Amino acid sequence: MIQVNRRNSFSRIITLCAAFLLAFSSSLFAQIDAASGDADAGKALFKTNCAACHKLYKPMTGPALFDVVEKYEEDYEWLGKWIRNSQELIKAGDARAVKVYEENGQKVMNSFSALTDADISNILAYTNVPVTTGGPDGTPNPNPVPVEPGVSNEIILSILGLVLLLLVAVLFIVNNTLKKFAEAQGIVVEEEKTRKPIWKAFVENQFLVLVSVIFLLLGSAYFAYGWMSQVGVDQGYAPVQPIHYSHRIHAGDNAIDCKYCHSSARVSKHSGIPSLNICMNCHKSIGEVAAETQAEGKNEYGVDYNKEIQKLYTAVGWDEASQAYTGETKPVEWIRIHNLPDFAYFNHSQHVSVAGVECQKCHGPVEEMEIMEQHSPLTMGWCINCHRETNVKVEGNEYYTKIHEQLSKKYGVDKLTAAQMGGLECGKCHY
Amino acid sequence: MSSNKKYWKSVDELNGNPLVETLRQNEFVEEIPTDEFLGDKETLETSQTTRRDFLKYVGFTTAAASLAACEGPVKKSIPYVVQPEQIVPGVADYYASTIADGFDFASILVKTREGRPIKIENNKLAKAGYGANARVHASVLSMYDQNRAQGPTASGEAVTWSDIDAGVMAQLNSGKQVVLLTQTFASPSTDKLIAEFVEKYPNVSHVAYDAVGEQFALDAFEVKYGVRALADYDFSKAEVIVSVGADFLGDWNGGGYDAGYAKGRIPTDGKMSRHFQFEANMSLSGANADVRVPVTPSQQKAILNALSTGSMSGVPENAKKAVSAAISELRAAGSKGVVVTGLQDVPSQTKALEINANSEVIDVAAPRMTRSGDIRKVNQLVKDMNAGKVGMLVMAGVNPSYTLPNAEAFTSGLAKVAVSVACSMRADETATAATHIAPTPHYLEAWGDVQIKQGEVSVTQPTIRPLFDTRQFQDSLLKWMGSDQSYYDYIKTTMTNAGISFNKAVHDGVVMTDAFAKAVSTNTDTSITEDAGASTTFQGGGFELTLYTKTSMGDGNQANNPWLQEMPDPITRATWDNYITMSEADAKDKDLWLDRSTFFTEARHDANGGLNGKLAKITVNGVPLIAPVMVQPGQAKGSIGLAVGYGRTTSIQEEMQTGVNAYPLMLNGSMTQGGVSVEKVDGVHEFAVIQLHNTLMGRGDIVKETRLEIFNTKDKNHWNKVPQVSKDHQEYDVTSPDVDLWDEFDRSIGHHFNLGIDLNACTGCGACVIACHAENNVPVVGKSEVRRSRDMHWLRIDRYYSSQDTFDGDNKKKDGFSGLSGDNGSLGGFGEMEDPAANPQVAFQPVMCQHCNHAPCETVCPVAATSHGRQGQNHMAYNRCVGTRYCANNCPYKVRRFNWFLYNGNDEFDYHMNNDLGRMVINPDVTVRSRGVMEKCSMCMQMTQKTILDAKRDGRVIKDGEFATACSNACTSGALTFGDVNDKDSDVYHQSQDDRMYHLLESVGTKPNVFYQTKVRNTKEA
Repeated sequence: MIQVNRRNSFSRIITLCAAFLLAFSSSLFAQIDAASGDADAGKALFKTNCAACHKLYKPMTGPALFDVVEKYEEDYEWLGKWIRNSQELIKAGDARAVKVYEENGQKVMNSFSALTDADISNILAYTNVPVTTGGPDGTPNPNPVPVEPGVSNEIILSILGLVLLLLVAVLFIVNNTLKKFAEAQGIVVEEEKTRKPIWKAFVENQFLVLVSVIFLLLGSAYFAYGWMSQVGVDQGYAPVQPIHYSHRIHAGDNAIDCKYCHSSARVSKHSGIPSLNICMNCHKSIGEVAAETQAEGKNEYGVDYNKEIQKLYTAVGWDEASQAYTGETKPVEWIRIHNLPDFAYFNHSQHVSVAGVECQKCHGPVEEMEIMEQHSPLTMGWCINCHRETNVKVEGNEYYTKIHEQLSKKYGVDKLTAAQMGGLECGKCHY
Repeated sequence: MSSNKKYWKSVDELNGNPLVETLRQNEFVEEIPTDEFLGDKETLETSQTTRRDFLKYVGFTTAAASLAACEGPVKKSIPYVVQPEQIVPGVADYYASTIADGFDFASILVKTREGRPIKIENNKLAKAGYGANARVHASVLSMYDQNRAQGPTASGEAVTWSDIDAGVMAQLNSGKQVVLLTQTFASPSTDKLIAEFVEKYPNVSHVAYDAVGEQFALDAFEVKYGVRALADYDFSKAEVIVSVGADFLGDWNGGGYDAGYAKGRIPTDGKMSRHFQFEANMSLSGANADVRVPVTPSQQKAILNALSTGSMSGVPENAKKAVSAAISELRAAGSKGVVVTGLQDVPSQTKALEINANSEVIDVAAPRMTRSGDIRKVNQLVKDMNAGKVGMLVMAGVNPSYTLPNAEAFTSGLAKVAVSVACSMRADETATAATHIAPTPHYLEAWGDVQIKQGEVSVTQPTIRPLFDTRQFQDSLLKWMGSDQSYYDYIKTTMTNAGISFNKAVHDGVVMTDAFAKAVSTNTDTSITEDAGASTTFQGGGFELTLYTKTSMGDGNQANNPWLQEMPDPITRATWDNYITMSEADAKDKDLWLDRSTFFTEARHDANGGLNGKLAKITVNGVPLIAPVMVQPGQAKGSIGLAVGYGRTTSIQEEMQTGVNAYPLMLNGSMTQGGVSVEKVDGVHEFAVIQLHNTLMGRGDIVKETRLEIFNTKDKNHWNKVPQVSKDHQEYDVTSPDVDLWDEFDRSIGHHFNLGIDLNACTGCGACVIACHAENNVPVVGKSEVRRSRDMHWLRIDRYYSSQDTFDGDNKKKDGFSGLSGDNGSLGGFGEMEDPAANPQVAFQPVMCQHCNHAPCETVCPVAATSHGRQGQNHMAYNRCVGTRYCANNCPYKVRRFNWFLYNGNDEFDYHMNNDLGRMVINPDVTVRSRGVMEKCSMCMQMTQKTILDAKRDGRVIKDGEFATACSNACTSGALTFGDVNDKDSDVYHQSQDDRMYHLLESVGTKPNVFYQTKVRNTKEA
C-alpha cells in the first residue's frame, strides 16, 4: 500500500504540474483531459459510478478500463459523449460507438449525464494508474516486522537460572567444607533420630486411610462425571471446510447482516446454509479481495482468499472470463458444525424473529471468527439456563397480550421469563 | 399347528443310510488340524508370542478401536446451488392436487418438505365431497416404493424410450387392430386426447376397464339418463336412508359419502336421519345403521322389490318388520327419503333409480364420473386377442392379468398380440406378460385434470421430480401422435380454451365449470337391461358370496404399501389378511368353528391371544379357492364374504404378499355370486387381529349410547349420568374436586387443548389412522408382531359388538347379575357376554392417548420421561425414557406403545423405514423412535407448536380453527374436533359443554383432555 500511496502522490505531483502548465499554456475553459484529472478524486468517483460494471485491469460486465484514454487515442470529446450517453452515440450511428457496443455483447451502459468534465477527467486520470507491482502475484510487499529493541525475557530467565545453579553449587561446597572442618576438629555432629516415616504412620492410621480413600473416590467420581458430561459436547468444534469462508471478513469487516445470508433463520427452524446464488449476489463482481486482505490472509491464516473465491466459482459454475454461468455446478459439501440430536427440536425463527435474540448470543463472536466454530456447548442445561434467565419479548406482540397479563399476575412479576411461559416443559422441544 | 410330516434332505436320509447318521454326528466333515500345531511342541516353544502377549494385543486393539469410535461422525450439509424461491428449508409447502388412480378419486393438498411430498391433506375448496380416505392418505408412501418399474423395458431387457416408440409406431401404422385398455381417468383432457388419437389412427379403439367396477349401476344410469356415469347422493339431506346391499360408507359407487352421511347423523333440533340396512356382509354402513337386517343377496332382491312395489313376496321372515317399517317411513319422508342398492343386476339398479326419482338426495344432473368400465367390451377384447385379431394392446393403469376373473384367458391372449405395452407403475402381473413396459409416474409426479363430479374439475400437479425414468401415458399418446406438445401444455390449452384460468385452477386445485359436461346419448343396446345373471346365478342352493373391498386395500392397487397392509379392518380388526367371513351358525354347521379354548384340539386363540381360523375351500362356478374363515357376527346365514385386492405376488415385496386373490370369483364383473360350495380343508390359519375382545360386557362408561327418543325427552342425567363415588356415605360426582386424589392444576391460562370425538359422526373409516401414521412416523411392525399385540398404532378405532340385540340389553343383563352361579350368575353370565350376538349392534370408538389432566402414567415413571404440559398435552420425552413400561401398565386406556425393536433401518422389519426411498416419507419434525422407548399420541404437539409459532411471528391472536391434529384434519365427517377450550368461542369449547359430552372411563377420575359425545341411535323400542 505504501508504494501505491507513493505512486499516487507522485502522480499527483505530475498531474498538478501538468495542470499548472496547462492552466498557463492553453485556454482556461474546462475540458476533459486525463492529464488534468485528480486520480484520487477519480478513484472515489469510479467506485460510486463505474465499479458496479467495470474493473481497471479485468473485464467484468463491461471491459477493463485501464488505459482507456490511450485506447481511444485521447479522443476526449468522444469519451465524454460515450460516458454521458452511450446509447445516443450508438443511435446516431457513430461507427466507433457501434463497434464498442457490438464487441461487448450489446450490453447497454448506463448514462452518466450528471458527471461534469472535471469528474470525467478525474475518472480518466484514475484509469491511467498502472497496476501496482510488488509481490510476485501483484500484491505489495508487506511491511517488515520491526525487531523490538532490548533483551528478551528468555535471556533474563536463563541468566537467573544460572545464578540459582551457582548458588546451589556454592552452598554445597560450603556445607562440605564445614563438615570437613568438623571432622578435623573432632566435633561429632549428632545424627537426627530416625523417626517413623510419615507414610508408615499414615498406613497405620486406619481412620485416615478410610477418609482419604473416600475423598479420593469422591474426587475421581467428580472428575469422571465431568469428563463423561463432555462426551458428545463439541464446543469449539471448528472443522476444515471445503471452502475457507471467513466470517471475520464478511460479518466483521464488511458488516454484512447475518440474516442476509442465513435468511431462513427468520422464518424457519433452520438458519439455513446460504445457497451459492446468495454468494454470487456479491461475488459476481468481487472476484478477488483487496490486496491488504489478501496479504493478511496469507500471513496470518495461510489462506489465499482469491483461490477460495475461485473455488466458489467452480462450485457455482461461473466463468469469470465470459462473465457467464456455464451450468456445470458442483454443490459444496459443507461440514455441519452445530449438530443438535434428532430428538431435540430447535426453531431459529422462534428465537430470532419472535424473541429477538442476537445470533451472537448462542453462536459467539462470529464476526471475529476466521474459521467458524461451535461457541456454545448446546447442552440441555445450557438451553434451560437461558430460558430461566431470559425475559419473553412481549412488547408489540399481540399474541402475548392476554397470556402475559394472566401469567404475570399469577407469578407476581412484571416480566415473565421464558421458563415461566412454559419454556421448560419437556414436550416443547422433545416430540 | 403341530405337524407329523417328516422332512428329509436326501433319499439316503429317508432310507436310513448309516452314513447319514455318521455325518450327522460330525459337525465338521474334515478334522480341524489343531493337533498339528498344538502337538508340535517345538514350534510352540519357539513361538515369539506368548499367551500374555496375545491377550495384551487383543486388549490394546479393542481399546484403540473403541477410543477411535468415540469421535463423532462428520455430518455434511449441502445447500442448493440456486435455491428455488418457494422453498425454505424447514418450512412445509402445500400444493393442491388430485388423485385419480382408477379406484380412488379425491381433491387433496400435498404437504412437501424440501421438495418431497410427505403427507396428504383434504382440499377444503373441493365441493364434490370426495374426502381423502385411508388409501389416499397412504398413497404418498406408494410413491416411495422401491418395487416400482424404474425404466422402460422390452421383453425384460432395459431399452430406451425411442425403442418403445419405434415398436409402437410400427404397429400403429400397420393398420392392424390396436386397442387402448385403460382405467377410468375421468379426465376431460385425456378423454379429448384419446378421441384425437382414435381419430388420427382409425385402427385404434378404446376400452375402459375398472378392476372393481359398477357395471350394473353404470348400465342402468346410462340407459335411463344417457350418460355412462354414476348417480351422486347427498346423504346430508336424507331423513330416511334405505340401503339394500349397498355399502355406501365403504367403496360403493366409488365411496366418499361419509361426510354427507355423518352430517345427517348428528342430532340437531331433535332430529337425525334414520338408516335401514339390508345386507349380507357386516359392512361399515351396516355397522352405522339404526336398523340392520342380515339377508343374503337373493333375499335382498325381494326386499328391493318390496320397497318398489310393496309386495312382500320372498321377503324373509326376519326382515319383514324392518321392510314394512322402511316402506312406511320412506313414504312419510317423501323427497327426503332415498333407496340405494348394491345389487349386481341392471333391473335392480334401475328400480332404485326409479324409486329415487323424486328424491332430493340423489343428483342425476351432475353425476360422478369415477367409473366408466364395461366388462362386456373387455370380454370381447379377450376373445379378439385369443383369436389373434389384435395387433397391439396398450394398457394404462390396469392390471387385468390380476383383476380379471378370466385372467388366464387374458394372459394367453396377450401372448398372441404382437406388441403389448403396459403403461404401468410397476412390473405387475400384466406388465411382466406384456412385450413392453412403459413405466408411468405416480400421480404425485404427474400432471392431470380430473372431473370427479360433473361440473367440478380438479387439477393434478407434480410435487416432486419423477423418481424414476418414467413417462405419463398421456405424454406417450402425444408422442405417438407425432405431437411435440407435452401433456402439461395440452391440459393448459384444454382449460384455457374452456375459458378457465389455468393458474388459478392449479393454485386452488379445483375449478367449477360446465365446459366438460358429457354429451347425453341414447344407448340402444337393449340386451343390457335384461336380468341375465339373476335368475340363474342364485339357483341350486349353496352359499351366496358377496365380494367386497376393504377400507385398507381397496382394489389391491396399493398392495405393496405397508401402512395399508397393517391398517386394521374397521369391522374384523384384522391386519395383513383377507378371509372368508361367515356366520357362527354356518361355521358350526360346516365344521369351521373353533372353540374358545380346548385342550386337545386347535383352539380359537393361541396362548399369546392370537386369533386362529380354520381353512375352507370355496368353489364358485367351478373356480376353487382356499381361504381362512373368520366368523363374523352379523353375517347373513347362508352367505359368505371375501375381500378382493389381496393375493398379489408379482413385483410385491415378500412381506406384503398376503391373503388370497378373490378376483377369479368375480365372474361377469358381479360382486355377488350364488351356488357357492364350502368345504373344510385341513389346517389352521393364524390371523393378526388388533382387538381380541369383541364386546363391551355391559360397561356403559366406555361407549355411552342412547336412543333418539330418550335423548329428546329425558334429562341428561338419565342417559349421560356422571358416575358417582361415595365419600363419608355421601354420593359425589366423580368429577367433583371433593373426591379427587389429585391437586388441581390451574388450567385457565394460555391454551388448553381438547379433542372432541363425536361417536355419532364417526363411521369408522380409518382415514385418521393412516394420517396419524404419516404425520407421526409411526412404524410398521409386521404381521407376526401384530399377532403378539405389539402393534404401534397411536390411534385405534375400537369396534364393539353387543352381546344382546342392543348395547342397552347388555347393560341391563349385567345389572341383573346376582350371585356367582345360577341363572343370573355372573360367572356364566360374563362368559356369555363375551360372545357377540348373531346380529349385534356395532359401535366405533377412536381411542388415542386421552391426555389426562390427572395422568396415571406420569406418576409411575421412575425417570420423569412423561410429564404434563400447561397446554393440556401429556408429553413423552423419548430421550429420557428407559423403557420400564410402568406407564403402559398404569394407563387405563392402553394407548401407550412400546418399541420392542428398532423398527427403522432394521432388516428384520423390512418395510418403508428400511430403505432410503421409503424413508423419504418421514416427517422431519417428529423424532423417529428407537428401540426400548415408550411412545404414544402427542396430540400432534408439532402441529400445535407450529400454529403458535406462526401466530407469534405475525404478532396476532390465534383464531378458532387454526389448531389441528393430523386426525382432526383427516376426518371429513366431522367426528374429530380439535381446539383450545380456553377460547370460549371455539367449536371444541361448545362441544365440551354439550349434554352428550362424557369422558372415557370417567369413574377413574383421570380428567382426560379427550372427550366423547354420547352415541345417539335413531332406533325405536323393540
